[in-house]
Amino acid sequence: MPIIQTPGGPTWQRRTTPKQLIIWFSWLVGIAVVVFAWLRIADNDLLWVYMPTVGREATDMVSRMVPPKWSYIDVLWKPIWDTLNIATIGTVMAMILAVPIAFAAAVNTTPHRAVRAVALFIIVASRSVNSLIWALALVFILGPGILAGTLAIGLRSIGGCSKLLYEAIEEIDHKQVEAIEATGASRLQQMAYGIMPQVMPTFAGVAVFRWDINVRGSTILGLVGAGGIGLQLSGSMATLAWTQVSMILIAILGTVVISEYVSAKVRHAII
Amino acid sequence: MLRLVNVLKRYKTGDVALNNVSLEIPDGQVIALIGPSGAGKSTLIRCVNRLVTPTEGKIFLGDTELTALSSRALRKARRRMGMIFQEYALVERLTVMENVLSGRLGYVGFWASWFRKFPKKDVQEAYRLLDRVGLMDMADKRADELSGGQRQRVGICRALIQNPELLLVDEPTASLDPKTSRQIMRLINELCAERGLAAIINIHDVHLAQMYSQRIVGLKLGELVFDGPPDGLVPDVLTEIYGEEDWEATIEDVDEDDEDVDEDGETEGPRT
Repeated sequence: MPIIQTPGGPTWQRRTTPKQLIIWFSWLVGIAVVVFAWLRIADNDLLWVYMPTVGREATDMVSRMVPPKWSYIDVLWKPIWDTLNIATIGTVMAMILAVPIAFAAAVNTTPHRAVRAVALFIIVASRSVNSLIWALALVFILGPGILAGTLAIGLRSIGGCSKLLYEAIEEIDHKQVEAIEATGASRLQQMAYGIMPQVMPTFAGVAVFRWDINVRGSTILGLVGAGGIGLQLSGSMATLAWTQVSMILIAILGTVVISEYVSAKVRHAII
Repeated sequence: MLRLVNVLKRYKTGDVALNNVSLEIPDGQVIALIGPSGAGKSTLIRCVNRLVTPTEGKIFLGDTELTALSSRALRKARRRMGMIFQEYALVERLTVMENVLSGRLGYVGFWASWFRKFPKKDVQEAYRLLDRVGLMDMADKRADELSGGQRQRVGICRALIQNPELLLVDEPTASLDPKTSRQIMRLINELCAERGLAAIINIHDVHLAQMYSQRIVGLKLGELVFDGPPDGLVPDVLTEIYGEEDWEATIEDVDEDDEDVDEDGETEGPRT
């Protein structure tokens, strides 16, 4: 009842007074919890012994990192190339598998409720495991290398891609599909003519978006032996070769900047 | 001939959209279906091609009992019924040609349609139809580049390329301006005459209904309340269908010239 009768005629305000109080009180409680949590962390979990030397250690590490060992880039071209391949092939694999899963998961195209449940489970399972953990498991099974990394990226991406795709499928204009159905088209034809054209821009957008994420994700897979530039990173860190570490970080930064640029360009071109 | 026998449609919500409607439409007859929003006009034509499944009753197209078909047989039967929609319902991101050819989907296999390998005679027929409705140059344009009138012409081509016996036309002019509305109605009428097609045309505009149909059927709250010739729509009948209103101005100039049509700007309510 935002309209309130007063002697001077009805007035309007966004919320009633009790509602306004509830909202105000909720904010108060929320902020109090945050402050309390900060204090708890400061009391219990903070190792105060490290605090006095924080500044010194940080400058020390930075000073060991500069100047970056520029010549090391010669060793890095191959791992960068591997990293891009892991991201690209993993994304392609994920998209190919994501399309049927998305159609099975979307309410308006799923053949059966049980199929939908399975599809949704696959999506959640894929999303709930970090790509680094997928990689760990796959390195165990397949041995270290690019294949394990590619599969890890692919498996991790299926869920995210499928989720975005099936949401797009659920939001299509149903009239266009109905018109195709009315011609006597089969269910597959209805998908191909009524649904695919409507969701193609989203599909392309999701693929590029995911590739962009995967380029960043695949730079760390080498930490667990799944190929790519992360292998050099963990090696250099283990041997305390800090000038190499800084070179690698610059190389990763460069790769990510370029991939963001490419994906932005591609997205503009298709949407 | 299309025959509806005691058709009843009750939606899950409990609303009865059609109540015991019986109707016979001989080959080649164009009928206009009028009635207020929510009277069941859309439901009626959707029951015929079973985009909506009737709860009770039977519908026959020729000797085929549409209400008893398996899904495979239903697909075959749908090829005999072309449908034209209120907001055109073209696939917006496909070209005009692809939209027209999609009317042949009931005749070609999945992979042929996926790779757009339609039989040559289908493509020729598509060009012939586009030429007939004056859109020959538009074949390669994407559907969302066209104007409303042009889109509806594409919708008409898509229905006709099915080579149907019957057209189901749902509010073909509701999104069009008065002049385009007349052109579209005239076109549908001419095409039905050329091909000996029967048609059910749902329409809000009583005046257009009278001009372009041989018979008028009035629905009110799911029941058939009028069935007669266009000049039988006297004010009393309109009051019966739509409710009390001064109807003289709506119907008096039936035989007059094309100049001014009173567009009724009513928008379609929820389909019930």
